[in-house]
Amino acid sequence: MTARKITAVTDLAEAYDLIIVGAGPAGLTAATEAAAHGVSILVTDESDGPGGQMYRSITRLSESQFAFLGPDYWQGTSRVKAFNASTISYAPHTTAWSLNPVEDNTGANTSGTGVEVGISLAGAARLLRARHVILATGAMERPMPIPGWTLPGVMTAGAGQIALKSAGMVPAGKVVLAGCGPMLYQLAYQLLLAGIKITALIDTTDRNQMGKALAHLPGFLCSPYFFKGLKLLAKLRSSVPFIRGVTGLEATGNGHVERLRYRKNGQWQEIQADLVMLHQGVVPELSLANSAGCALDWNPRQLSFQPRLDGDGQTTVPGISIAGDGAKIGGADLAEVSGRLAALGALSSMGVLEKARKADLKRPLERMLARFQRGRPFLDTLYRPSDGFRIPSDDQTMVCRCEEVLAGQVRSAIAFGAPGPNQLKAFVRCGMGSCQGRLCSLTVTEMMAAERKVNPEKIGFYHLRPPVKPLNVGELTSLPTSREAIMAAGGSDHR
Amino acid sequence: MFRKLVEPQETVTILFDGKPIKAARGDSVAAALLAAGVGAFRHSEISKEPRAPYCLMGICFDCLITIDSVANRQSCQVEVAEGMVIQSQQGLRVIDGRVPE
Repeated sequence: MTARKITAVTDLAEAYDLIIVGAGPAGLTAATEAAAHGVSILVTDESDGPGGQMYRSITRLSESQFAFLGPDYWQGTSRVKAFNASTISYAPHTTAWSLNPVEDNTGANTSGTGVEVGISLAGAARLLRARHVILATGAMERPMPIPGWTLPGVMTAGAGQIALKSAGMVPAGKVVLAGCGPMLYQLAYQLLLAGIKITALIDTTDRNQMGKALAHLPGFLCSPYFFKGLKLLAKLRSSVPFIRGVTGLEATGNGHVERLRYRKNGQWQEIQADLVMLHQGVVPELSLANSAGCALDWNPRQLSFQPRLDGDGQTTVPGISIAGDGAKIGGADLAEVSGRLAALGALSSMGVLEKARKADLKRPLERMLARFQRGRPFLDTLYRPSDGFRIPSDDQTMVCRCEEVLAGQVRSAIAFGAPGPNQLKAFVRCGMGSCQGRLCSLTVTEMMAAERKVNPEKIGFYHLRPPVKPLNVGELTSLPTSREAIMAAGGSDHR
Repeated sequence: MFRKLVEPQETVTILFDGKPIKAARGDSVAAALLAAGVGAFRHSEISKEPRAPYCLMGICFDCLITIDSVANRQSCQVEVAEGMVIQSQQGLRVIDGRVPE
């Protein structure tokens, strides 16, 4: 039994029992778990190979040359192996651009509901049916709107990791890492082991957070991340120039980044840089869940919206579950467990797995879940990005990179009376560009909440509509049309 | 800005704004251009400011570029291929393919 690789839409079935979107840690384990129960499964993924961002390009890299990526990366080999050995259909290079609950009474489906997933692959699009969908779309980096963050040469730490894993590329020239959070330090550590000299690590960790984080220290001490983190930071502190207690950043340069200015103890200083990598944590990527109408709640500790889920990873929309960092930030180990839990939940809701059997299978997984969650409150609190880096105070800072809307313009529109983030679009076009608000939505919600002095929960989030990823006309016209669809659009019966 | 840690075993040749670039087979267009030292991939629609990849994972849409005459492709999501013709983008796209001054 091996996974069947799909390279054209003509290889796809019209319907599957389970469609899993994303082949990262959560998607891989969800697929492997569900495949063991004999349901038909399609896994779609945008990337060229399984692994997600965490185990990116794991099947392409040589372990001897890239050993420095560490055991947390190379543990992915066994996950991908299990995935490749399971009876599933796997569609790489595939974009999921819509997700809709639909009525479906076909086959063994007794619940009366199903889900329709719009995908595009190799220049053609299809609308597929599933009895259940698990979104394993992972996380994205929290926007870090500082002046100059749109300059070429300013990237995210995640981009640095992707360059390393997917193309074996390392920074050349003066590289400066700036921000806070485990991923930033992990990248620094990996670069160090790869023999790269890091010019500086400019740390924006808010010093006031340490005291608050201490309350969560006992949990972190018993988590698997304590010793790992300690070792990593000790190595970094002895090998990389750390500039700590930074409260402001600005990238400058003529057509490309040349300097990173930083404010420390109230004084602005600058450092030369050919490449700046920013990071201040990750947040769930919610586009599909949001467009399908899944209820989202504000998580005040992680400062992000997250889907409202039950213990099976089931959202408020029947037939749609979410696993991994796309549900709540917890890292790859937690994502792998949540992927398996979501698979069990999906199987149970399809009637493939009895409730009692599900409960038995869930028990050991829930214990693992608790173990991997232990350290999170400490990390979330310690590396909570300070207000100034989330809610730009300088009016000239760009909030919406696509439509080039400045913080000052957003604030004027708020003062003028834009009732919510969706209405704000009509005022200043913020969030209406090609990224569809991915890189400004959190900033806009938090700016609005700050101006109105209310909880971000009250402000809400952009409402996304499909397609959540661009689809060209050629792809769209490749969709098969039924007679009913043609008539519904006012067409004639003569084809 | 970037360099390859390991010499690629197989390469393909792509054209960027008329100049040939050797790229490692399997790399994304974005990675190939960054490795070749390309600074700006495009100039933005509104203020015509230079832009280059920010996230490399399909989120930011700052790496948009014209590949084989199709505009606004996410270069971080497209694999290089022998003979691929790539053009940087200047400002807003217009319907007949002309680029506004």
